[in-house]
Amino acid sequence: MTSTPLPRHRSKQFPTLRAMALGLAIGFSVPSFADNLPEVQRLIKQGQYPQALEKVDAYLSPRPKDAQGRFLKGLIFTEMNRPADAIGVFTKLTEDYPELPEPYNNLAVLYAQQKQYDKARTALEMAIRTHPSYAIAYENLGDIYAKLASQAYDKALQLDGSNAIAQNKLALIRDLITTGKGNVKPAAPVAAAPAPVVAAPAKPAVTPKTAGVAATPGTSAVAPTKPTETKPAASAAAPAAPVTSAPAVAKPDNGSDEVAKAVAAWASAWSRKDMKAYLGAYASDFETPKGMSRKAWEDERELRIAGKAGKISVNIDEPQVTIKGDRATAKFRQHYKAPGISSSTTKTLIFVRAGGKWLIKDENAR
Amino acid sequence: MPGRKLLLLALLGSLAGGALAKPAVSAKSAKKPDAATPLRKVAAVGTTAVAETALAQPSATGHGQLPRTVSDAGPEAQLAKIFKEIEANRLNDALQLTEALLRQYPNYRLAHLIRGDLLLARTQPIQGFGALNGAPADKVADLRAEAVVRLKGYREKPQENFIPRYLLQMQPDQRHAIVVDTKRSRLYVYENDVKNGGRPRFVADYYMTQGKLGSDKLVEGDKKTPIGVYHVTANLPRQQLTDLYGSGAFPINYPNELDRQQGRGGSGIWLHGTPSDTFARPPKASDGCVVLTNQDLDAVAKNLQVGLTPVIISSSVEWLSLDDWNKERNELNKTIENWRADWESRDTERYLKHYSKRFKSGSQSFDQFAAQKRQVNAGKEWIKLKINNLSVFRNPGKEDVVVVTFYQDYRSNNLENQMKKRQYWQREDGKWKIIYEGSA
Repeated sequence: MTSTPLPRHRSKQFPTLRAMALGLAIGFSVPSFADNLPEVQRLIKQGQYPQALEKVDAYLSPRPKDAQGRFLKGLIFTEMNRPADAIGVFTKLTEDYPELPEPYNNLAVLYAQQKQYDKARTALEMAIRTHPSYAIAYENLGDIYAKLASQAYDKALQLDGSNAIAQNKLALIRDLITTGKGNVKPAAPVAAAPAPVVAAPAKPAVTPKTAGVAATPGTSAVAPTKPTETKPAASAAAPAAPVTSAPAVAKPDNGSDEVAKAVAAWASAWSRKDMKAYLGAYASDFETPKGMSRKAWEDERELRIAGKAGKISVNIDEPQVTIKGDRATAKFRQHYKAPGISSSTTKTLIFVRAGGKWLIKDENAR
Repeated sequence: MPGRKLLLLALLGSLAGGALAKPAVSAKSAKKPDAATPLRKVAAVGTTAVAETALAQPSATGHGQLPRTVSDAGPEAQLAKIFKEIEANRLNDALQLTEALLRQYPNYRLAHLIRGDLLLARTQPIQGFGALNGAPADKVADLRAEAVVRLKGYREKPQENFIPRYLLQMQPDQRHAIVVDTKRSRLYVYENDVKNGGRPRFVADYYMTQGKLGSDKLVEGDKKTPIGVYHVTANLPRQQLTDLYGSGAFPINYPNELDRQQGRGGSGIWLHGTPSDTFARPPKASDGCVVLTNQDLDAVAKNLQVGLTPVIISSSVEWLSLDDWNKERNELNKTIENWRADWESRDTERYLKHYSKRFKSGSQSFDQFAAQKRQVNAGKEWIKLKINNLSVFRNPGKEDVVVVTFYQDYRSNNLENQMKKRQYWQREDGKWKIIYEGSA
């Protein structure tokens, strides 16, 4: 089952460029003695960027070539809205470590922020050239293609940047900085392995290794793999969140209404930032995007919902529900609003009935 | 990616749904049935053959020494390649070619649209040409129309041995003639191959834009391009023009004598270039002018002689085989020679038989004209009439009309006169008759 290619799942709730945030999850030269990089990361997480910058500079001063430190510095600049400095840091990193995909990826994010989509595209294509299985770069590249397409349409049809794709893009870019914090590499099912690797930590921490200067990241335990190839068996994913407060209790004979109610409750929990209810709407074998672990996915959702400043509102149009046995599909327009973002997408939720409740098995945005 | 295949099918479908799916050309409308394949279809779908043929265009055709150029300097060849790649589902190659095309023509909207589609197809399934959700349908339709006529024009080049029916006889000093086919959105340049008995020889063809509402102009403001035999009357350089006219403009003499006789109105029909914000305009976009891209106008302009170069605009060019062309040309030359000889003979009634009862010259009717000729000829002891610099162009359209222009050298016992004269002849009951005559 795990070797069966499954359609690539792309959660589009937050269509955003995924910056590689905390740490190159690869081994290269970092001193084995306890250093202050974890401290830098902690400061970043807390949003104390000037302090983080100070610390990372101190860390780098005896070892100016250190990739990990420079990478964090680039991130700090990004967070501090100093894109030129960040671009400088990441560009130098790509020159010194052309085999690392992450600096390319983040360069692309920065270029995209400045609407230099052609440069972003080149950077991402470089990331993919160095790491053909680099999932995040693929996803970002998809977004860049959409932006480039949008620009091309503007020129073809004289739309003054007002076309549909372009509007999506703007929201995307505003969301960029926040994604820098909680982003996670996809959990890594190893392509040929019959059993999926579940070891992906939620946040691929810096894994200091004494040896192996800029070793091939592909061999690392958390190396991403092309999400189109395999998907871990859902049950093998991280421990399922106990479903404690399912918002909708389905009566077996009145499916369609019950599914619609489940959708409404799910949207409402999301709007209320009620993480317990929100996550409880998902089945234990919910197919997480990019095959990430359940834990990583929950953390990401937590960050994106509960961790989001300001009000979230999720409204849905009347869903179209089709039921087949214990499986239901709800298709609807989702109108999402948060500070700086407003988007409407067509969403499909696939529900399974378990214990009298309809729970979300799969989530797709088109 | 599931979207890619979709793109392919949709693009082709939308193109095939257009003119490309239709059989070629004006063979049916050509009155001569043996004008069977006036345009050679280089390749039906695959374009490799097209490219090869185009590249292999011989520099000398064996009929003349002038090097031969075709319009392959334009984007058609690249567009054909791009669509071929799309057809083969090699979308990456198609995108690369499109981006190369855009480097060459940064303002080329059609190429931008194709690029948009190819990029969007990398992220989602797309529905067809101009796949952007909510794209303005009229603009997409314009670009699709341009793609269709360009590819069609590229695939169907004029054949070596077929000649536009209109170019029966050019003056020796008319070096080139312009023939426009509004249905195909194509402008053809023919050379007057004087070393070859004045046979018109194909030089190049270009994509062109006509009036928003098509052709056959009738009244002022109808946004149509006139149909008829015209010539270039001036050369207006870029400096005298607004940006709309691009790299230059060449007014033509619409309405001509026949147009006026038919009560056609309007004015200011020009051959001109393209504004700076776009590489090309859609096939139907002007207020009646014939519009070329600036690079094409510049190329064509080299061949234009003010006051001389004929610009013949047809809604659907008819093509004749060499044999048929020779036949028509000889028949008309003979008819004109008979008119000349009959005038010289001073047999006024014979001479007047060449004129239609509908004849008009200025405000003069046939009867007034006949009376005047009878009176004048009665006083002549001898007449010598020479015709020089003769040109004979067939007027496009349903009726058999030709436009005859020449220098007339008239001598008689009591009068000598040289003038440039223009006549319109029309076939009535199988006989060519003059319906208009005047100085040109």
